[in-house]
Amino acid sequence: MIITNLETVPGKTIVEHYGLVSGSTVRAKHIGKDLMAGLKNIVGGELTGYTELLSEARDESMKRMTAQAEELGANAIVNVRFSTSSVAQGAAELYTYGTAVKIE
Amino acid sequence: MEALIQIGIVAVLVCLGFFIGRIAEKRHYASIHAREKEYIQKPTMNWDNVENIDDISQAQLAVGSVVISLDYYKRILAGFKMFFGGELRSYAPLLDRGRREAILRMKESCPNADAYVNCRVESSAIAKTLGKKNTVGGVEVLVYATALYYRK
Repeated sequence: MIITNLETVPGKTIVEHYGLVSGSTVRAKHIGKDLMAGLKNIVGGELTGYTELLSEARDESMKRMTAQAEELGANAIVNVRFSTSSVAQGAAELYTYGTAVKIE
Repeated sequence: MEALIQIGIVAVLVCLGFFIGRIAEKRHYASIHAREKEYIQKPTMNWDNVENIDDISQAQLAVGSVVISLDYYKRILAGFKMFFGGELRSYAPLLDRGRREAILRMKESCPNADAYVNCRVESSAIAKTLGKKNTVGGVEVLVYATALYYRK
């Protein structure tokens, strides 16, 4: 599966469009990680626990999007976009969407 | 007495934030400068027109993200500044560090690529609650682009 955020796949031609595919996941923070992040917040800098949490969640949402595209018979996803929104106190939704296409 | 203890705690936190935060920031900038030099030869663009590049063999999505937070001293400084309005200078290095770090991570996720096109930078505040104490405040920066590999 080739994933790009361009409108095309460079070097290949798109022969078929399958429409929008998307994947999302809602994650809450772990209490231990939250505690560590709270301590880290005193001295500032990167909150590693949160970075990991969000990138894992983003991978998961991409995996779901890819699964949906595979079901349609696509072999590439173009024009991929990410969005993050906080749905509740301490929880975030990670949403990934793109257009499933067949390339040659 | 209790008020004194509370002031003492705040003073300790401010000192911790000021000294450790400053050292950490310096160290982080040193690492950013060193790593940026490694990637200086590789073009990074935020346009998506690749039609005039015709020898591309492979394209791949590259993603990098970071969650970064402000230290206690700078947060208090910004709190005071908010009375008067104007530019909050203590926030600028935070966002600058976050963005540059995320861009570097995006590049490091595809280290052998020859160019990065259609680079998008997004930032969102996470766990931000106004008027509530003991909440962790931070900024998440997400950078994504398409990594291109040329035919050699």
